[in-house]
Amino acid sequence: MAKSPRPRATASAAKPAARRAAKPAAAAEPIIASDVAEEAAFALRSLQQAHANNKRYDASDEELLKFYEQMVLIRRFEEKAGQLYGLGLIGGFCHLYIGQEAVAVGLQSALKEGHDSVITGYRDHGHMLAYGIDPKVIMAELTGRGAGISRGKGGSMHMFSTDHKFYGGHGIVGAQVPLGAGLAFAHKYRNDGGVCMAYFGDGASNQGQVYETFNMAALWKLPIIFVVENNGYAMGTAVKRGSAETHFYRRGTAFRIPGMDVNGMDVLEVRQAAEVALEYVRAGNGPVLMELKTYRYRGHSMSDPAKYRSREEVQEMRDNHDPIEGAKAELLKRGVTEDKIKEIDKRIRQVVAESADFAETSPEPDVAELYTDVLVETY
Amino acid sequence: MAIELKMPALSPTMEEGTLAKWLVKAGDEVKSGDILAEIETDKATMEFEAIDEGTIGEILVAEGTEGVKVGTVIATIKGDDDAAAPAPAAAAPAVEQKAAESEAPAGQDAKAKAAAAIAPKSDAKPAADPELPAGTTMVPTTVREALRDAMAEEMRSDDRVFVMGEEVAEYQGAYKVTQGLLEEFGPQRVIDTPITEYGFAGIGAGAAMGGLRPVIEFMTFNFAMQAIDHIINSAAKTNYMSGGQMRCPIVFRGPNGAASRVGAQHSQNYGPWYASVPGLVVIAPYDSADAKGLLRAAIRSEDPVVFLENELVYGRTFDVPQIDDFVLPIGKARIVRPGKDVTIVSYSIGVGFALEAAEQLAAEGIDAEVIDLRTLRPLDKETVLASLAKTNRMVVAEEGFPVCSIASEIIAICMEEGFDHLDAPVLRVCDEDVPLPYAANLEKLALIDAGKIVAAVRKVCYR
Repeated sequence: MAKSPRPRATASAAKPAARRAAKPAAAAEPIIASDVAEEAAFALRSLQQAHANNKRYDASDEELLKFYEQMVLIRRFEEKAGQLYGLGLIGGFCHLYIGQEAVAVGLQSALKEGHDSVITGYRDHGHMLAYGIDPKVIMAELTGRGAGISRGKGGSMHMFSTDHKFYGGHGIVGAQVPLGAGLAFAHKYRNDGGVCMAYFGDGASNQGQVYETFNMAALWKLPIIFVVENNGYAMGTAVKRGSAETHFYRRGTAFRIPGMDVNGMDVLEVRQAAEVALEYVRAGNGPVLMELKTYRYRGHSMSDPAKYRSREEVQEMRDNHDPIEGAKAELLKRGVTEDKIKEIDKRIRQVVAESADFAETSPEPDVAELYTDVLVETY
Repeated sequence: MAIELKMPALSPTMEEGTLAKWLVKAGDEVKSGDILAEIETDKATMEFEAIDEGTIGEILVAEGTEGVKVGTVIATIKGDDDAAAPAPAAAAPAVEQKAAESEAPAGQDAKAKAAAAIAPKSDAKPAADPELPAGTTMVPTTVREALRDAMAEEMRSDDRVFVMGEEVAEYQGAYKVTQGLLEEFGPQRVIDTPITEYGFAGIGAGAAMGGLRPVIEFMTFNFAMQAIDHIINSAAKTNYMSGGQMRCPIVFRGPNGAASRVGAQHSQNYGPWYASVPGLVVIAPYDSADAKGLLRAAIRSEDPVVFLENELVYGRTFDVPQIDDFVLPIGKARIVRPGKDVTIVSYSIGVGFALEAAEQLAAEGIDAEVIDLRTLRPLDKETVLASLAKTNRMVVAEEGFPVCSIASEIIAICMEEGFDHLDAPVLRVCDEDVPLPYAANLEKLALIDAGKIVAAVRKVCYR
């Protein structure tokens, strides 16, 4: 006899009803509800607690110098990109990562490059640089040249390096979240031990597909870290004007995904949080949702005058919370010489200048490229 | 007077079924809600419940009988006062469907008749593929089984291939296309999702970018509208945007087009939508051999493929060649009936209507050639234009809206590249330009059929 394909009531749904029926409803219900809530809260706050207990990564001088160097690379690269945009060498949309450097550097320094996957939205230059991708081919993509990482056919928002396991660079806000879960699915399917780090913003956090993904990622215990880079503004909409729950790290609660609230302006705090999250995810426990509080100094894109916030607000962040200045101060405090830091700054300026030269002088794509790469195969 | 129990229609498209088992015998007292029998449709085994009280009079169809037509009297129930009681005004008892189906339950003879009218008559079948080696053994196979076999064979040969969608695993597929896959391949590779099209289309696309070969089933393509962003923006455009570096080898498959009596939101052909997007491959097969050979090709392809099936042909049987590695070329149309006077171009369920029309036309002395496009993108223009050069007259038959359709595209191609061969304007026979209505008569009027194709052919032949 064929079984009825849909059970009429699940066991879990039936039980509380039976219990309620057995006891006076008013007395029984609150007890059950608070038990459940307490249990959930314990699990969901455990990672936050671990992070609070030990906030900053104990970096060696060498590691901290490396973080500093990577953050400076991103800062100088983005400043140069902004300059080239102003000169008309970069077109379309160009979203700069200035101010948010500690997030990509702190998190990705904890990943195994070329093993763990990274995916992000349109503000992607920083994540690529933090994953060791050559600045030249990124800048050449921005200027739309044949030597660009996407042969000039992707542009600022659409860049990929499968060798580095960097999967874009996606222009549709929030789309990278299920795509990232797909990458995590592939890690799990192959049982290769890899983790996916999927970045999105406070704005993307309000897209429905994010929550469809949370549900499946938690249900299937996918190895993924959801990273909300909360820079305060979804384009021109301040978080409080667009989000009913502004504590984004809590937004996984309904799916039993533990959340972490992290200061995204301190690279060592970010790195330490990554350690906690990775340990949890790599152990097969399923996803973690991290909120990184950060700030972008520039507009949403190059064409954004940023009239929705005050100069003073930006200046306050620059003066008191800048991740690069913070790392520099820490290095000096540790006794690293000013000369050593200057030497890094100089070297990075050189690297960025070379990437800009390369991007300006290399030729545009061959016109035949218009028709290539539409499909992989010929039918 | 006894109440007649009739063979119920247990799905929108069921025309007949197997009386698998009787759970009552003559003389048994029954009351409303008692299960009387188990009936197998092509999709599932369903329980048949009594809604009347009384005593089972006679069992008229023995258990194990196959091919029992919907509406056949299978048993009788004697009422309490059988000798005296007059028959109720509505004598035919309604039945209730116990197993949940994805579609609205059907229960009346008229509905089954409507379904029969919509589906093409099955005696008009495509000619054997001339490219097959002589002496190839042909195995009669339903389209449903052919699709399942294609997935199973690819899963056996490539462990990157997995199937994901709503009800694909434990339920065995909402339309039973994935039947048996869970048992053979296990829950790691046959994955039930929540009802979350946008999400799992994205997860599938991401898994493809990460090196796997997902086959994503949409319960129907109507629901894929929730997921179309990932089909277009994530899957179709990635290869180009990455300069050929990042691929998305994924298959999105499921039933497309009008089913039967399910109303406007469940009845649309998305072929023209997807076929308009560079970066996608779009396949819409008609018969079992093409379903199998092209689905295997789709799974092997390095490109994202939208694979459009049709619920109304799932249960139809066609020959499939018994060849170990039977894979068909993507992008090649097939002449399913050669002819010299006029060309009828179609795809998917339209091919059945076109073949039926060609038979009627043959009786009138018009020799029609029928082309099954099979792949909608890339479109096999050469085969279409070569046929036009031969017949000089063309009709495009498409079960779908007429505006901005595949038919429109074929007509444009004929204007641009086949103008000198045209002896008459190309005509299109499409569904009416309205959302599909529910009422049986209106639905029939809205959809294409062989008669409409015949009329159009007469016109282009000036007959």
